[in-house]
Amino acid sequence: MFDLQSQDYVRRSASTMTPPMARSHEEQVAKLIDVSRCIGCKACQAACMEWNDLRPEIGHFEGSYQNPDDLGPSVWTLMKFAEYENEQGNLEWLIRKDGCMHCEDPGCLKACPSPGAIVQYANGIVDFISDKCIGCGYCVKGCPFDIPRISKQDHKSYKCTLCSDRVSVGLEPACVKACPTGAIMFGSKADMKQWAGERIEDLKSRGFENAGLYDPAAVGGTHVMYVLHHADKPSLYSGLPDKPEISPVVRGWKGIIKPLALIGIALAALGGFFHWITEGPNEVTDEDEAEGERVLRESETEKTP
Amino acid sequence: MSPAKTVIVRYNRVNRVNHWITAICFVLLVLSGLSMFHPLLFFLSGLFGGGQWARAVHPWIGVVLLVSYLGLIVQFWRENLVHKDDVEWMKQMRFVVANDEAHVPPVGRNNAGQKFVFWSMTLLIPVLFFSGLLIWEVYFGEATSIPVQRVAVLIHSLAAVAAILVWVVHVYAAIWVRNSVRAMTQGYVTPGWAWRHHRKWLEEIASGHDKATLRKRP
Repeated sequence: MFDLQSQDYVRRSASTMTPPMARSHEEQVAKLIDVSRCIGCKACQAACMEWNDLRPEIGHFEGSYQNPDDLGPSVWTLMKFAEYENEQGNLEWLIRKDGCMHCEDPGCLKACPSPGAIVQYANGIVDFISDKCIGCGYCVKGCPFDIPRISKQDHKSYKCTLCSDRVSVGLEPACVKACPTGAIMFGSKADMKQWAGERIEDLKSRGFENAGLYDPAAVGGTHVMYVLHHADKPSLYSGLPDKPEISPVVRGWKGIIKPLALIGIALAALGGFFHWITEGPNEVTDEDEAEGERVLRESETEKTP
Repeated sequence: MSPAKTVIVRYNRVNRVNHWITAICFVLLVLSGLSMFHPLLFFLSGLFGGGQWARAVHPWIGVVLLVSYLGLIVQFWRENLVHKDDVEWMKQMRFVVANDEAHVPPVGRNNAGQKFVFWSMTLLIPVLFFSGLLIWEVYFGEATSIPVQRVAVLIHSLAAVAAILVWVVHVYAAIWVRNSVRAMTQGYVTPGWAWRHHRKWLEEIASGHDKATLRKRP
């Protein structure tokens, strides 16, 4: 959504040039979502709608507090409610604020075919530059977390921007500002990890032995992290992937196949050209014409009584 | 010597119109498809009015191509059935590429290379169509799961690259074997062309199987 200048980029979709990394001294930012402190009030959802001025269509009651049912082009963050019966037979209401994880190695950016439609800023935020989006849906296939949604109106892809517009002027994201319990924190990634460490220690002391930080290494870590009471089973939280990674299918398609295919096609065309230069065209000779005429003529005379 | 007065009709009007509709669609699909395949070629989307237009129009051209190619299959499948002769021709490939026709076994209406192009496209075009449907975001974006779409987009890319390679062979062969292009534009070949490249076919025509294929040179 937000478009700074090229020196702010560290990654740019469908680009063969390397961004200059002029601002790589910038501190990496992160949002920390402490699931254990969330009360499910949806203030973050409302704040996101308000700041980004989005109004998703009013849906229907689906028998859950979760509303709307799913992320959408106008729903960039969503409180997901999961009811989990633990080993002691007690109910645990696991509420997770879903949205873009802002991967350090973003699958959407890798898959995107449109130059500059997806960028990553020096502070780590992954942003969609909608202007350049062509609506192909490749980002949907690249994303390990099922986050981007294509609008049926303008056929462009949308997701959480981590309020890149607010962050660039020194403000925290809207959801962070609105959270009444401090379950959503924002700051440098190092600070957030340290804070998470304290929270995890506290949770462990209160009987959640498997409490831990969700910052999956296979995507290079994320700029949105969770403190989970059951970090050993992330999928309990409305299907948060246990081991998220960019699909090997996408890596193959966007990795080795791209250059190999172009080289292959170019070699085939060059092969033809040099065959022409060396062997030359295959031309019909006068003798061929004479022979061909003879065959046709002979058949005529044979049939004439 | 004077040019041949009698020529042989190789492709009739329906054949030619159908072939060129397919060819135009194929070229447009290659250009718009490659623009979405490699960043170096993204500029090709400009030919279609920009990235959004290239993305939007590509699948519709694909639908037209499928229908058009089905027409070619109906018209040409019989003459592309593979025979024992084709194996022999393939074995003499080195003489074929060296323009040494004396060492190439005589062939019928189509040689093994032409049959290869026909059957490759007959396989690849339906593969491209169905894998393309799965990744047609506007209408089928929610019809299948994301992992299925990932595989579909990979298959679509690989099949497209294969089809482009076959197409390069097809186009070069048409240029290389002189006066082949005229067979598909004006529809006819000379008896000498048939003698040189498709001798058995010429003999079939001469023996009177199909007199309608002979006409005066235009």
